[in-house]
Amino acid sequence: MDVILQPWPWYVTGPCIALVMFLLLYFGRTFGMSSNLRTLCAIGGAGKKVPFFNFDWQSQKWNLVVVLGAMLGGYLAHFHLSVPTDIALSEATVSDLNALGFENTGKSLLPAELFSWEAVFSLKGILILIVAGFLVGFGTRYGGGCTSGHAITGLSSLQLPSLIAVIGFFIGGLIMIHLIYPILF
Amino acid sequence: MGKYIKFFIVGIFFGIVLVKSEAVSWYRIFEMFKFQSFHMYGIIGTAVATGVVILLLTKQLHIKNIYGNQIRVPLKDRGYVRYLLGGSIFGLGWALAGACPGPMYILVGTGVFSMLIVIAAAILGTYTYGVLKDKLPH
Repeated sequence: MDVILQPWPWYVTGPCIALVMFLLLYFGRTFGMSSNLRTLCAIGGAGKKVPFFNFDWQSQKWNLVVVLGAMLGGYLAHFHLSVPTDIALSEATVSDLNALGFENTGKSLLPAELFSWEAVFSLKGILILIVAGFLVGFGTRYGGGCTSGHAITGLSSLQLPSLIAVIGFFIGGLIMIHLIYPILF
Repeated sequence: MGKYIKFFIVGIFFGIVLVKSEAVSWYRIFEMFKFQSFHMYGIIGTAVATGVVILLLTKQLHIKNIYGNQIRVPLKDRGYVRYLLGGSIFGLGWALAGACPGPMYILVGTGVFSMLIVIAAAILGTYTYGVLKDKLPH
């Protein structure tokens, strides 16, 4: 049991994610988490105004069920299958984050500086969350997928568009962390 | 309802795996883009390596899906611009939120309800793409 309660190593995690991809293909579907955002737009009635959302979203309900399961899985893993453990981040990461003004680095999954209600109710805090979410939602649909669709499924099936997209993920991510973070924090 | 149970179970497994590996952690994403740990590269690398082997085997062994059809991964449309630009825009958001769409949902389950704001903004971003789609280079 202790093996489960401790953080799982990368070499266990990677194959487990590949298994998720395979199971969804075996069930006649595919692994893609950002598609749910489009489905949610369609459920909200966006298809009446914008053709992109005028599709049979009922056929995508299975993917929303995956999302519901993932939320329950997150709950179970966090509250019932874990012992309180600091994230074993590299020392360089901890000192870099300290330099940016982040305290208690690695004591929880996410920094309070961004996700606590105190942060949310500050102008800068709420803007960061909204801009971040907007970029993810816009970028995934423009780029045709996110980490699950491109980095896992697309690369596993050796598709060039997915390789280009993953290169894009890193261009954006590196710009954000190395150039924009020092301005923001 | 019955046909959805298997997707629910896959989702639960997915959520557990990503929390237990800390892949849902903002800190791990920061560390990855700083190249300061092998952890996330190990996860993505072994996921892709295992995925390649699984997909080659399903092809070689003619493994069929539950509908009796050959297992096939949907092919992405050809093109460069949308993947590079869209991917980069997503990357900016991924690094700022410290979460991509899967972890966003999962983190709500771990009690991070402020993530619902990020998800709402992501839905708005997707809607905006839908509106602008025909004006963007693809």
